[in-house]
Amino acid sequence: MLRFIVRRLLQAIPTLLILSVLVFAWLRSLPGGPAGALLGDKATPEKIEALNKVLGLDQPLYLQYFKFLGRVLTGDFGNSLISGESVLTEIGRALPATIELSITALFFAVALGIPLGYLAASNKGRFLDNFTVIGTLVGVAVPVFFLGILLKIVFAQNLGWFAPSSRQSADIDATRVTGFATLDGLLTGEFDATLDALWHLVLPAVALATIPLAIIVRITRASVLDVLNEDFVRTANAKGLTGQVVRRRHVLRNALLPVSTTIGLQTGLLLGGAVLTEKVFVWGGIGSLLAQGIERRDYPRLQALILLGAAVYVLVNLLVDISYALIDPRVRA
Amino acid sequence: MMATLLNRKKKVDDLAETAGTSLAADAFRRMSRSPVAIVGAVLVAAFVLLAIFAPFLAPKDPFVRYPELVENLRAGFVPGPQPGFLLGSDELGRDFFSRLLVASQQSLVVGVGATIVGLVIGMTIGVAAGAFGGWVDTALMRFTDILLSVPSLLLAISIAALFSRGSQTTVIIAVAIVSVPIFARLLRGAMLAQRHSDHVLAATALGVKRSTIVFRHMLPNSLGPVIVQATLTLATSIIDAAALSFLGLGDPDPNRAEWGLMLSKSQTYFDVKPELAFYPAAAIIVVALGFTLLGESLRESLDPKNRR
Amino acid sequence: MALLEVRDLTVTFQRKGSAPFNAVDGVSFDVDPGQTVGLVGESGCGKSVTSLAIMGLLPKRGNRVGGTVSYEGTDLLTLSDRQMRDRRGRDLGMVFQDPLSSLNPVIPIGIQVTEVLERHRGMARKKAMVEAAGLLDKVGIPDPTRRLTEYPHQLSGGMRQRALIAIALAVQPRLLIADEPTTALDVTIQAQILALLKELVTDSGTALIMITHDLGVVAGLCDEVNVLYAGRVVEKAERHELFAQPRHPYTHGLLASIPRLDGARGERLNPIRGSVSDNIPWDTGCAFAPRCPNALEVCTQVTPPQEDIGGGRLLRCHNPVRPGTPAVEEVSV
Repeated sequence: MLRFIVRRLLQAIPTLLILSVLVFAWLRSLPGGPAGALLGDKATPEKIEALNKVLGLDQPLYLQYFKFLGRVLTGDFGNSLISGESVLTEIGRALPATIELSITALFFAVALGIPLGYLAASNKGRFLDNFTVIGTLVGVAVPVFFLGILLKIVFAQNLGWFAPSSRQSADIDATRVTGFATLDGLLTGEFDATLDALWHLVLPAVALATIPLAIIVRITRASVLDVLNEDFVRTANAKGLTGQVVRRRHVLRNALLPVSTTIGLQTGLLLGGAVLTEKVFVWGGIGSLLAQGIERRDYPRLQALILLGAAVYVLVNLLVDISYALIDPRVRA
Repeated sequence: MMATLLNRKKKVDDLAETAGTSLAADAFRRMSRSPVAIVGAVLVAAFVLLAIFAPFLAPKDPFVRYPELVENLRAGFVPGPQPGFLLGSDELGRDFFSRLLVASQQSLVVGVGATIVGLVIGMTIGVAAGAFGGWVDTALMRFTDILLSVPSLLLAISIAALFSRGSQTTVIIAVAIVSVPIFARLLRGAMLAQRHSDHVLAATALGVKRSTIVFRHMLPNSLGPVIVQATLTLATSIIDAAALSFLGLGDPDPNRAEWGLMLSKSQTYFDVKPELAFYPAAAIIVVALGFTLLGESLRESLDPKNRR
Repeated sequence: MALLEVRDLTVTFQRKGSAPFNAVDGVSFDVDPGQTVGLVGESGCGKSVTSLAIMGLLPKRGNRVGGTVSYEGTDLLTLSDRQMRDRRGRDLGMVFQDPLSSLNPVIPIGIQVTEVLERHRGMARKKAMVEAAGLLDKVGIPDPTRRLTEYPHQLSGGMRQRALIAIALAVQPRLLIADEPTTALDVTIQAQILALLKELVTDSGTALIMITHDLGVVAGLCDEVNVLYAGRVVEKAERHELFAQPRHPYTHGLLASIPRLDGARGERLNPIRGSVSDNIPWDTGCAFAPRCPNALEVCTQVTPPQEDIGGGRLLRCHNPVRPGTPAVEEVSV
């Protein structure tokens, strides 16, 4: 098992390396090159040339790449053009907000998606199943940002059940420990801050969860249907095992294998969806950094975000592979 | 001797083709009985017809700011439906209904354009990988792995950000790149699966040229999943394009009628006139749903597991 | 009294958009304690459906089961799902065709054996493991304690089937149903598994229903044989009688189509003409008539009744093979 993990870790390294080459190439192919991007509107050919010297862009490409790689590995992504702050500091500050939102959304999607998919599969062809399947098709077709806006109108502005935007009410002065608004309240004993944070968290998390939820339901349903037709389920029934044991030990365990892979792929969707959801709900996380970075073409910030986003994605899928191996002995070999 | 060989090659070709047609006919027959497929097909057909005829259907010029609407525009008020203007004004005093209709063209062009670009590049990579195998395959698949390792919207964003000013073309390119690795992997997988199948072995044994085998035997038989994926990609492309617009990575020209942009602009007026967001969003949902339903029922009807 | 009495068992498959189809059409037979009964026929003749119907393992929807299946006087078909689960694995065990797909790939062999013991004997896991090791040893799996921790993919085909047999016999049911238990195995392994089955049922006095298309298996194992064609029993006889003097043309054909090592060089094989799909419905005549070398005009017009022809034999044929006709006739083609 340990060897498997080490091998998968080693396999992720080339992917990340090639990715860094691509991001480097991306940076180089920006309009006016990195210098032009840094100078923005103030760019003139003379200024660009001068800055190119300062940045070492007159050196051979491979040297530039290794310097770039060295900086990336030491976590030096430069300073944001907008705030002038170190990009890494910016990201560090915004990260808990996005993680809190994404994890809550993923929790919704998994906690609802797996039982719903299972229920649909075991009622195949009946009303509940058809209803669920159509629901998932519609769910995938709804743009995240529109759903966010809609939820905001209905549940925040009209009904007033949840907060319309931001992470915390202005009148709450919460102490920050971890940066996770819900957790900090619990740690410091400011329970009203936690409740307030949850009140803000519900709508964006639901909006962000919709598409992953629809996909998890569909995959679970399809996978359970496949497993129900497997011979070993018949064997389990032939043993006279109770329905509960058959479902839990034999059906679900096998059906979850493809689902676990899907959950890994959902993190990609979540990262993308978070950008849109955060814009709608003025969330102030990574997505807001990105959206603002796009508007102002803040390339140092964008470069860092793309590289980090991809790295997180690769690592999460690595974790999924490992958990897959934990459930399925066949891939461990 | 030569004649018999040619004759046999012809027979193998015919066999591959008849297998293909009967399969398509079979799939079509099953789809025509499925309500999901019919709903999807109707939605898609309505959308395509609407997009083509939108300029003739639109009751007003979608790009003109009508004085009778503009003069009623105030901070916090957008004129609603009135005679001649079915859905009222947009935030700049133009006919909202006409703009909604004409915007379908943008979605069609971007959706189809992005899917075709993605399909062509992806298929080229996939066929090359599947046909040559060896290091070509390894290198190409490594490349698609990297593309897949970037979350899709993030990838589209980074491509779109490469251009200093967004336009329809840049959106198409950005959205297309996202689907390239999917098409490539799909086609390669389907071709690899066939490499050892009997009809390909038979053709090889008969001395059929490799290019002929690839294009006449392997490619046509791999098309099923590709068509399914293309239909589903049309849906995601339209949604992704709208998302890019929403984030300000689309064509910034405010004159343009485009659902994603309309949705983004409507946000400010949400309290005042939520329809401004609702209609374009509903349009996106219905169109995306149409393609999704069509694609899903196509997938189901092509699935050998469902054949009886 | 017979251990199992199957009377007029009928299984009708009803699929949306197609006519109902009788996969099993009024099948009756008895199994005495300790007796081995064979159900023989080509694929599609209804032999597997019969066994699944007895076990109550047919899918819940899309089919109707009629007739009675009495096990020690209780009609299994009238039992609730819960009552049937209590009996399966305890009173009736079953061994399936494909040992790889019939074992759960992600659960160690040990658990798959012990779960039957836990379920029907109420054993604790630890005690059940000791028992399971004994069971594996009894079915001839070397080093059983180590095998308990292994997964199905780590075992050879023959060993997997031995494990399945151990599972089916774990609680010492009085009836074992084996559905083509050797078909998926190598020829050399087939003989070993059959010998093992024979030994186990003889030692424990377990009755066995052997389902097979292979008359060789029947010859080595069964006391009594039921030959099925298109869902009905066409001939029933004691094993020696059947081989010595097949009366139904179908049985005759099955025996004749076995290639013989002692046959003359250049001797032709004698396959039965046509395939199962050439049947006519039983309502109009004899289903086998279109393929039958003995067919008369009456065969396609009147359904042949099942007749007792003495010596415990049953036959369903208008124009049976005359006693004394050699199993391999001179066929003029």
